[in-house]
Amino acid sequence: MAEVLTEPPVTARAAVTGKVITVRSHSGFRWVPRLVVITYLFFLVIWPVALVAKATFSRGLAPVIEALQQPDVLFAFQLTLSIAFWAVLINTVFGVIISILLTRYTFPGRRALSAMIDVPLSVSPIVVGLALLLVYSGRTGWLGGVLESAGLQIVYAPPGMIMATAFVSLPLVIRELVPVLNEIGTDQEQAARSLGASAMQSFLRITLPAIKWALLYGVVLSLARSLGEFGAVKIVSGGVAMRTQTATLLVEERYQQFGLDNTITAYTAAFVLALIAVIALVVVTSLRPKEEYR
Amino acid sequence: MSIKISGVGKRFGDFVALSDIDLDIPSGQLTALLGPSGGGKSTLLRIIAGLELSDAGTVEIEGTDATDLPAQKRNVGFVFQHYAAFRHMSVAANVGFGLKIRKRPKKEIAGKVDELLSLVHLSQFADRLPSQLSGGQRQRMALARALAIEPTVLLLDEPFGALDAKVRKELRAWLRRLHDEMHVTTVFVTHDQEEALEVADQIVVINNGRIEQVGTPDELYDRPSSEFVMSFLGPITMLDGRLVRPHDIEVVAVPFPDARAGRISRSSRVGFEVRLEVNLIDTPQAPPVLVTLTRAEATAKRLDQGAAVWIKPVEADWSCHGR
Repeated sequence: MAEVLTEPPVTARAAVTGKVITVRSHSGFRWVPRLVVITYLFFLVIWPVALVAKATFSRGLAPVIEALQQPDVLFAFQLTLSIAFWAVLINTVFGVIISILLTRYTFPGRRALSAMIDVPLSVSPIVVGLALLLVYSGRTGWLGGVLESAGLQIVYAPPGMIMATAFVSLPLVIRELVPVLNEIGTDQEQAARSLGASAMQSFLRITLPAIKWALLYGVVLSLARSLGEFGAVKIVSGGVAMRTQTATLLVEERYQQFGLDNTITAYTAAFVLALIAVIALVVVTSLRPKEEYR
Repeated sequence: MSIKISGVGKRFGDFVALSDIDLDIPSGQLTALLGPSGGGKSTLLRIIAGLELSDAGTVEIEGTDATDLPAQKRNVGFVFQHYAAFRHMSVAANVGFGLKIRKRPKKEIAGKVDELLSLVHLSQFADRLPSQLSGGQRQRMALARALAIEPTVLLLDEPFGALDAKVRKELRAWLRRLHDEMHVTTVFVTHDQEEALEVADQIVVINNGRIEQVGTPDELYDRPSSEFVMSFLGPITMLDGRLVRPHDIEVVAVPFPDARAGRISRSSRVGFEVRLEVNLIDTPQAPPVLVTLTRAEATAKRLDQGAAVWIKPVEADWSCHGR
């Protein structure tokens, strides 16, 4: 086994005495799960992602920079960022409201609402896309026709893409906030109220500071998910280059086309998407205090 | 009357927490709401504070009807069992919170905070976070925070319940002294009868959502209106078909008039006190009668385990005759 091979010689010699043998078996026992997890993560995440990076830079830096300068690539990233921005903004506002509703109020149907929050996580994004089409499509949707005649196009336009993205990443903020809101309890908020604070003052001065890290983490997860959304957006966008093609849709399109240039463009866009998400997560994780004060 | 509660009732689903409570709490006094857990005393306190809404009845605070007033407009200081410290704020910011909400000038807030922190002996901790304080210190901070808004009434919900026994005793003596200086109308909830007897001017015994008895500590201890009040306020034992306090029984090693003969089946010493279990000769099947006396008395009378004794209640009119 790997850990036996890498065992330092000092331990191997000391292993003659009984006492050290128990230490060795103990440390061996501790290493087994770590090794399993690292192996698993390596084959599932680290290696494939590293290969994306490798494929991106297979011809050096020049074709990557060239790919990033193509107008439809730039457009796709701008579109992705603006859709992600609006989706995250919507999810942050509604996420905070729904989380407070779920943890601070009792009302009929609360459990049903809580279960409904998880629907976007359990339903395939492609189903979400189809469902939005049924409602908002200009030709067949039962609300789309009305909106379109009022001059508001939802499907095959940014509003529909924002809705699809917001829908898919809705649970991420809420699932971060609810446990924290439950953990801090209502005592502090009640104390604030008895000291004269209004509901809004109590939220801004007491609740918000207590949940800020969870909220930020939820926002970043939601941002990462929004940047990478593919299935639902593909259905409602139509994926027209320079109009409704997001970065993920561009990756798919270029990857399926012939030619090394297209392949490198696909990998470059994929690499940048992954990079943005990873940087956001790393920044927040390193900013977050290790032990929250209590 | 500082707080006037009339006909207040509260249900949680099928559970009746309070039913038809009428209570007057006098100004400037320290009143204890005493009773077993789940008896409704905390609910009553929270209704006074406006943290809970009653289903029926009215609450009047210093002559104004507060029944429909939200908590933030009642000007009531509330102290929670688990401190409810604002974790992300310094001790000074915690104490100054109510004044900041009231948009008082910074200078005034700083002055008031200094004054209160020295009152609760926390001046040197002003810049710390609550997590850096002990439980007793956090509760003193919570008390200073409640006092900062100069509340009409100060309400404390099991304020010492989360503290260890020694700190609890120190803090309740300190609360009594503080109240004697400040004279703010204070109501505190406790399930500890010793705490209520030691600290309160007036005790309200609450059980099963109803008021059992209201009175001074002496009245309640000496003239309980029911078996429940008698048993809740102190130790009890059964002698001659009546409830008696174990320390109100005379015990001698020789026969004396009207006394019942028995034998000490068990003797245990707790500090200065000796607790005896006496089995009566003529009712050997009945549970033993409990008798407590000082260690000096027990030694002088040679009351050892297995000794024959004669017992009799000392003050018959102090005992409870049941409902």
